[in-house]
Amino acid sequence: MHEMSIAEGIRSVIEDAARAQGFARVTRVRLEIGRFAGVEPQALDFAFDVVMRGSVAEGADLQIIDLPGRAMCFDCAELVEIEHRLDPCPKCGGSRLLPQGGDEMRIKDLEVL
Amino acid sequence: MCTVCGCGGHSVEDQFKAHLEKTGQAKAAAPLAVLAGAQAHPHGHTHGPACSHEPQDFHIGQGPAGTEVAGMSQARLIEIETDILSKNNDFARANRAALAARGVFATNLVSSPGSGKTTLLCRTIEMLGAQPLGVIEGDQQTTNDADRIRATGAAAIQVNTGKGCHLDGRMVAMALERLPLDPGALLFIENVGNLVCPAAFDLGEDAKVAILSVTEGEDKPLKYPDMFAAAGLAILNKTDLAPHCDVDLGLYEANIRRVNPGIEVLRVSARTGEGMGAWIDWLKRGLAAKAL
Repeated sequence: MHEMSIAEGIRSVIEDAARAQGFARVTRVRLEIGRFAGVEPQALDFAFDVVMRGSVAEGADLQIIDLPGRAMCFDCAELVEIEHRLDPCPKCGGSRLLPQGGDEMRIKDLEVL
Repeated sequence: MCTVCGCGGHSVEDQFKAHLEKTGQAKAAAPLAVLAGAQAHPHGHTHGPACSHEPQDFHIGQGPAGTEVAGMSQARLIEIETDILSKNNDFARANRAALAARGVFATNLVSSPGSGKTTLLCRTIEMLGAQPLGVIEGDQQTTNDADRIRATGAAAIQVNTGKGCHLDGRMVAMALERLPLDPGALLFIENVGNLVCPAAFDLGEDAKVAILSVTEGEDKPLKYPDMFAAAGLAILNKTDLAPHCDVDLGLYEANIRRVNPGIEVLRVSARTGEGMGAWIDWLKRGLAAKAL
């Protein structure tokens, strides 16, 4: 639901970069989004198109790079990679896992004209 | 160094020169093209007699980006590596510093609509007596909640987010400009009733407190894990209703801890006062840790 605010955050970072680096148009935006970031790629794709209208990134292609979710297992004390927040530990089957990353939301790079 | 045999320096060129000399292939044609699996791009400078490059040599990572990505044009790739919410996080950082300078302990109260946040706050303010405090109320519309808080005698600022589904760092910064807070005060930020979005937006608080009422279903922490994972304390509210709702309070707690094994859980009824003492103690411990 907050994909709109996220798209607005992306627009403001891009506009700052456009001023600082002097480019007039962005053709591609690559994001790194963690598995636990709570971002729905389809909703973000939609919000991105709407929010970028009238900006240097209007019509830009959006690519989302999926980053894995990692968690510390409280039962076997191992750092493990998991697909969903509530998955059991792949090593010991324990269910008490504390996420240790995977909540990243970063703009990686831009392709500009 | 060469990732094939460990010889050479750190640049791709050094690696391959050293590697090829070592393996006697120094005359092999365009070895870098094999490594990069890419076509050579234009060189960007002319080759006079003084130039030592072989005509088939080419150089990766010398464009503005210092790197190369398949399918992207080298000259136009700009590295950003910036958090999408960096603007919000800047506001949150400034809020956190301003609150720390005044020894204020700030909590961000998050829950679904109707979990009893405002009733819990009114009761908390009554029990805290002369303790200095302030409240920021977030809702989409109306000043009802701020009016209820002001009726207790406490200072409150209502932030109406309009169509927004959460408070953000800037809204709290604006509210803090208008809210008188004594040194050593408690600040309660009652977020918009929403278990999804407020989890992602740092406001500069010391802790998120997730409030869950016993009528909402034991599996709610599993259905909305982000918020419970982000919170430092969970309050299981309206425990006076538990006998009438056939609920399993142990299962509520187990599900909260499954999402966040490190979280503290308190069972509270703001209506009867059960468990309120433990909540007040938790706030006072937090405030003591922020003392100047």
